[in-house]
Amino acid sequence: MRRIIAILMENEPGALSRVVGLFSQRGYNIDTLTVAPTEDRTLSRLTLTTTGDEKIIEQITKQLNKLLDVVKVVDLTEGTYIERELMLIKVRALGDQRAEIKRCTDIFRGQIVDVSATSYTIQVAGEGDKLDAFITTLPEGDVVEVVRSGISGIARGEKSLKL
Amino acid sequence: MELLSGGDILIRALREAGVKHLWGYPGGAALHIYDAIFRQADVRHILVRHEQAAVHAADGYARVTGEVGAVLVTSGPGATNAITGIATAAMDSIPLVVISGQVVQERIGDDAFQETDMIGISRPVVKHSFLVKRAEDIAETVAKAFYIAASGRPGPVVIDIPKDVTDPNRKVPYHYPDKVKIRSYQPTTKGHSGQIKRAVKELISARRPVIYAGGGVILGEASTQLRELARMLNFPVTNTLMGLGSYPGSDRQFLGMLGMHGTFEANTAMHHSDVILAVGARFDDRVTNTPAKFCPSATIIHIDVDPTSISKTVRADIPIVGSCDVILQDIIDQVRASSRKPDQVAIGQWWQQIDEWRARHGLYTAPRHEPSGGEIIKPQDVVKALYKVTKGKAFITSDVGQHQMFAAQYYLFDKPRQWANSGGLGTMGYGLPAAMGVKMAFPDDDVACVTGEGSIQMCIQELSTCTQHQLPVKIINLNNQALGMVKQWQDMQYGSRYSHILYEDSLPDFVKLAEAYGHVGMRVDRFEELEEKLEACFALKDRTVFLDINVDPTEHVYPMHIAPNGSMRDLWLSKTERT
Ligand SMILES: Cc1ncc(C[n+]2csc(CCOP(=O)(O)OP(=O)(O)O)c2C)c(N)n1
Ligand SMILES: [Mg+2]
Repeated sequence: MRRIIAILMENEPGALSRVVGLFSQRGYNIDTLTVAPTEDRTLSRLTLTTTGDEKIIEQITKQLNKLLDVVKVVDLTEGTYIERELMLIKVRALGDQRAEIKRCTDIFRGQIVDVSATSYTIQVAGEGDKLDAFITTLPEGDVVEVVRSGISGIARGEKSLKL
Repeated sequence: MELLSGGDILIRALREAGVKHLWGYPGGAALHIYDAIFRQADVRHILVRHEQAAVHAADGYARVTGEVGAVLVTSGPGATNAITGIATAAMDSIPLVVISGQVVQERIGDDAFQETDMIGISRPVVKHSFLVKRAEDIAETVAKAFYIAASGRPGPVVIDIPKDVTDPNRKVPYHYPDKVKIRSYQPTTKGHSGQIKRAVKELISARRPVIYAGGGVILGEASTQLRELARMLNFPVTNTLMGLGSYPGSDRQFLGMLGMHGTFEANTAMHHSDVILAVGARFDDRVTNTPAKFCPSATIIHIDVDPTSISKTVRADIPIVGSCDVILQDIIDQVRASSRKPDQVAIGQWWQQIDEWRARHGLYTAPRHEPSGGEIIKPQDVVKALYKVTKGKAFITSDVGQHQMFAAQYYLFDKPRQWANSGGLGTMGYGLPAAMGVKMAFPDDDVACVTGEGSIQMCIQELSTCTQHQLPVKIINLNNQALGMVKQWQDMQYGSRYSHILYEDSLPDFVKLAEAYGHVGMRVDRFEELEEKLEACFALKDRTVFLDINVDPTEHVYPMHIAPNGSMRDLWLSKTERT
């Protein structure tokens, strides 16, 4: 099952490599990973998605908690949560296609953020599935480049991940 | 505030952290630190002959004293040589602080001379590591490192110090913190009270219980509580390889070691048990055999300070996270206060069953090997003789192989911290340097390294360290002329095709070799002279003695789990007999 794990860790050199190293060392998957400092500059927030059965996910969260740089770990998928991913996608856009692509972009609430004579660069945000779906609406073979941020997540309601 | 250089601060901080012995080897990046060592007398530095040995020695010292072992190596090859020792300590949860020199910060990343990314290369085998960037941070880092190494589930901590940080010309204020606080690190001590209640209930209603105690009992100083609880409940106790000594080996309630080479009675009792109290043990694959077939009818109570050890391989029914001593004490108090008492009739029947198993195939009651005589010296008999000659009181270290298993099976450890071996990583070469560490800690006690001609050659250079630092350890070499444990597997699984386990007459004359290092060497070729030579060896209090014993090269270690797909009770009992 897919899980979204949010981690609060010390904003220190080496901390990220310890988290990533743990996954390769113990044979766990990382599907996506994002990391950036938080409003408290001493802390970084990391979101990663992984897959595994109950037992593996339990080990992953325990092993993460055991790392000294890790301050807090939450498996967001255990409750209700919001997940977002940002995608920038460059597509070939010529003649009639330009209108069609624009229409699809609107349907997906994306924005065209750069234009050239032969291409559009589109920004779309949302859940991973939505981004996948958007790609499939584009004419095959016309996608020039895709860049995705990886998933960020936050719990719904008053629950929060902080010190 | 006093102004000191980084090098001086480091040594001062080590002293403050309680370091009396520092095992190490110098080199370019560590030279400022070595100069600081030269100018003081509080911390004693012991020059070894290889950095791996420095770490093993500090590790042996830590295992028998319970203190944190300390090591100093230089950058590059010094650091990489230390890795095997660090990994050994990590697998067995041994508290160490390993300081490595590093190239100056300006050169880091340039592939400078003797540069290696020590933080990176050691990452998977440390509990934590620090790169110190300013002399001002050294004292606090040392304090943190010692705290982390010793608390919770202990383990090795690396401190990598670039050479410019120890520059003698840059002096900064010295301040060693009274207390360290790390917001992301708060090991649990007290167990969950609800879980403890459930555990007590299970224990009291158990009819076929076994206490399965591991190295965590020793590390967590919980042997007294373990003994008290076991006696109070009249429950049988088995130990892991790492747990030997946590419960008295010669006690009637002790079933011997469990696992791959554990006793028939311990493995069989585990398999048939209805309640298992696992304390400071981690359900290692060398214990459980096939996890899916592990103890089919048992309710498992698992006490461990490290939550990741719980339900990692075998699911615990009642997990309790915290310090073994604190939790066992809570259990003792609640059992005592409880109005319900264990069913002594059921427990009595259980003991009857166990005694029947013991009589049938017990390691000590029904010998697993032919008798020795003349030129046939059985390795098992060597360990039994060693036990007799040292009255069961020696500190024993070991290497890895058949000799290690014989030592674990036949030397009955009555006290915790009496036995030091590389259980988790299985590092050949551990025994001799570890014995040096033990001898440094307990100079008046007998210290013996039970080894094999293969393993001893992996750190044999340390015979020179024994000379220089007067470490009169006794080397009991069970010389079977082969990498015996590998040979045993080749016998059992590869049709005795002996691929690269023989030396083809290339073994050194160990007696002469010992003499070359300034020690006493003795050879034992006949069983009749075994005991008297052992006596002579231990009578030479102030000498390192190398006892080279020609043991039967055809011997195998039994019992042995039948793998793959076997359960705990599936055992080879001899070359031809199985359960
Ligand atoms: C550093 C290292 N290399 C290889 C091994 C694999 N290994 C395990 S036991 C063994 C043979 C040990 O031979 P010896 O020390 O003579 O002991 P014996 O089994 O003969 O008693 C080997 C090669 C190991 N444990 N450690
Ligand atoms: Mg051998």
